[in-house]
Amino acid sequence: MVSATAGSICLLLSLYVFINYRYTIGGYQFTDQYPWLKGLGVSWHVGVDGISTPMVLLTGIVMFSGVFISWNINKRTKDFFILLLTLVTGVYGVFVSLDLFFLFFFYELAVLPMYLLIGVWGASSTFPTFARTKEYGALKLTLYLVAGSVLVWVALLAVYVQAGINSFDILELQKLGYPQGFQYLFYLFFMIGFGILAGLWPFHTWSPDGHVAAPTAVSMLHAGVLMKLGAYGIIRVGMGLFPEGAQTWAPALLILGTINVVYGAISAMAQRDLKYVIGYSSVSHMGYVLMGFATLKVVGVNGAVLQMFSHGIMTALFFALVGVVYDRAHVRDIGIFEGIAKRMGTTAAFFTVAGLTSLGLPGLSGFVAELLVFVGTFQTNVFFGILGVIGAALTAVYILRLLSKVFFGPLSPRWEKLTDATKLETFAMGVLVAVLIFVGVYPMPFMRIIDSGVVPLIGRLLTVA
Amino acid sequence: MNYLLFLPEFLLVILAFVVMSLDLFLKPQSKAISAYVSAAGLLVVMASVLTLRGQETQLYGGLFLVDGYALFFKFFFLALGIFIVLTSADYVKKYLTHPGEYYGIILFSVLGMMVMTAAGELLTAYIGLELLSFSLYVLSSYATDNAKSNEAGTKYILLGALSTALLLYGLSLIYGLVGTTSFEGVASALGAEGGNRLAIIVSLVLVIAGFGIKIAAVPFHMWAPDVYEGSPLPITAYISVASKAAGFALALRIFAAAFLPVVGEWRGILIALSALTMTVGNLVALAQKNIKRLLAYSSIGQSGYLLMGLAAVTADSSNIAANGILLHLAGYGASNLAAFVSIIAYFNLTGKEDISDFAGLAERAPLVALTLSVALFSLAGLPFFAGFTTKFYLFTAAAREGLLWLVTLAVVNSLISLYYYLMVIKQMYINPPAEPSRLRMPYLLNSLLVVLIVIVFIIGIYPAPLVRAIEGATRALFLS
Repeated sequence: MVSATAGSICLLLSLYVFINYRYTIGGYQFTDQYPWLKGLGVSWHVGVDGISTPMVLLTGIVMFSGVFISWNINKRTKDFFILLLTLVTGVYGVFVSLDLFFLFFFYELAVLPMYLLIGVWGASSTFPTFARTKEYGALKLTLYLVAGSVLVWVALLAVYVQAGINSFDILELQKLGYPQGFQYLFYLFFMIGFGILAGLWPFHTWSPDGHVAAPTAVSMLHAGVLMKLGAYGIIRVGMGLFPEGAQTWAPALLILGTINVVYGAISAMAQRDLKYVIGYSSVSHMGYVLMGFATLKVVGVNGAVLQMFSHGIMTALFFALVGVVYDRAHVRDIGIFEGIAKRMGTTAAFFTVAGLTSLGLPGLSGFVAELLVFVGTFQTNVFFGILGVIGAALTAVYILRLLSKVFFGPLSPRWEKLTDATKLETFAMGVLVAVLIFVGVYPMPFMRIIDSGVVPLIGRLLTVA
Repeated sequence: MNYLLFLPEFLLVILAFVVMSLDLFLKPQSKAISAYVSAAGLLVVMASVLTLRGQETQLYGGLFLVDGYALFFKFFFLALGIFIVLTSADYVKKYLTHPGEYYGIILFSVLGMMVMTAAGELLTAYIGLELLSFSLYVLSSYATDNAKSNEAGTKYILLGALSTALLLYGLSLIYGLVGTTSFEGVASALGAEGGNRLAIIVSLVLVIAGFGIKIAAVPFHMWAPDVYEGSPLPITAYISVASKAAGFALALRIFAAAFLPVVGEWRGILIALSALTMTVGNLVALAQKNIKRLLAYSSIGQSGYLLMGLAAVTADSSNIAANGILLHLAGYGASNLAAFVSIIAYFNLTGKEDISDFAGLAERAPLVALTLSVALFSLAGLPFFAGFTTKFYLFTAAAREGLLWLVTLAVVNSLISLYYYLMVIKQMYINPPAEPSRLRMPYLLNSLLVVLIVIVFIIGIYPAPLVRAIEGATRALFLS
């Protein structure tokens, strides 16, 4: 109950920030600054710009929905919500921090509770040829993410030393220029360090394993929001501090992002477990975000940021739905399900919306975001643009196949007794569905805000070139 | 001469004798009172340290310094003493005999540490160090009917004697070179001296080896795991924090105040030692099954980070590296103490200390499990806890002094350490308990646990007051 209140308050505050953000002015708003450790140049400096505002809103929505979907957690309920709220604190913190120390502080804070959340409340699964215990998933996830933060930490300190102004303030550090070689090396650190969290190929394998082991709400937050931290880190810290580094490594990022898209989609096609399908589809969709960043064009980066938002909502919805199905059926193997839409009407309808968003149907948020990314990519490199579109086509294949197999078609007698989502679950997921449709039909409020944040960023990138 | 400046030391000596002689008059069943008398007495001594705040003077022509640095550490050691004494109360009652001597010796060892940090010249420092070491030798073998404890004591005394011999030989060579033992005199003589670099290097190597044994730096760390395992638990906790903190307090003072002019000669040695110590400590910790041995190796790893800070102390630096060492010592001290107090609490009730014995602790004793997790996360350097802030500060300081590659190694080591800490946490939170019964913790230990958790959080979230105190302390270090 306390968590629900907290969740609602967070959502309302996020909405407040989102609605009151003045895109016409742009820049950082709602800022607050307070020296924390003077000797080290660390200060508590927070604020949001056009890129972080939608992320804050995303966190609020997913968190709100996640609390309601975990209503039926009975084992050590209090501990679960404490850790969940800690996780969300970390996520919010990263999105609003304008100081590298605090950005890193909250970044680590978001990783810390994952181990216990997955290890205690997660589920082990056995497959015909292999088994994945929850301990395995939890440990793999934690070690991958912390390995990423090792790179980030080293790069942070390198920036601090190189700048030599005794400050961790991002805005101060941005004003300085850094030598070329330095930028090349440490942009790579940031790109891979944060990229691990964003599911960058070939460091993505923690993500499906972690998602499969995690309880529903954690998967939602994790795929929906936490992976966005990585992408956000690349754009805010990497591209923000090192324009030249970003340009040098853009082709590499484009290639890796495209691999993410195609490889993720193909892997998703091969999965038989519902959660693995969604897990790999996340890897694939995060690829669009990375591709968008790599275009270094306003339109592409706009699309990428919107994709971060859209994918966050969509994948949270997916995991919530899978959780609902699994709670009732106790299996997730696609082959076993047949025509359960007849018993789970709402769930099937929501799944269809999420699926259609995922494959980019016009009128839903995924379409707008992917279209912008593709436009940007085609302007940069036609070949990768085509590959990206192929990735979208592959998405359509596995999503439609999954829909027709699991939900539609004749009902198998085994599933006669299935019940639909409860009112609470429907409410929690309905919020997400509503957002997906709203953004798809009327993306302007989002685009205006995102644009106000991306334009100056790209502007700085181009002045250097 | 103002004898009031000696007030804390005098009070502590009186307290130690009172506690030891009180024991003679107490009935067997009321002997436990010594612990509370000692704790209350230490509080009084702490208050007397506070009255000296802001003093910046010396006694006996520089033998004995009363400055911010010494007072900071005196306060630190007294607080540590209080925690150890209170933690021991139940343990001593259950597993040890002769409580009066036990607490008396602890008090003498605190005195030894206080003298070490206040020393203004080599021999006074040495005397303080010996007082500490001898007390610890006795304490580590205090469980006389336990073979492991005897082994620990023997091992500790043999290697400790070796380290003292090396240190003393190094110090005597330095005296031979410069003709004085006061830190200031050594510094100015070394600054002026051009010749005989070999002799300087040899004596520095000997001094570093001597300190290396005290702070358990690789390759002088062999005693640590066995002594940690064999000693009575509260003493293990004490050694892990006190011996290290006092060693670094003295080393920092000597290297910053006396040896700074020849920084080029010792910096490389310390860098190599640091890299080796953190890597070996953390790698070997991966294989440990006993929680005391695990913490022994983990604390060796922490020594490596601190050595990195020591190597970053240079003449032209601001005090940031020294601040980092003090801050990390405080954070490490609080976290390690929290870890040990939880282990002691568990051991008192079950007599078990293997990592696998901690299975399901979260359900049997939630507060103990929580404290141990907080402590381990803090040692691993995760945010919200002291370890993150202090490590970040220390690493930043080292990076600023051009040791970025060593910092990289330290960060990678933090990742390794997270793995073995997580294995303990996994036992407590994820694995089911062997027996489901709930454990009832005594009131005193519970409140100690809460206090330690709060300290770890405060250092992690709002370190500014502590950092200000530390900045005041290190200012004294470089002025002298």
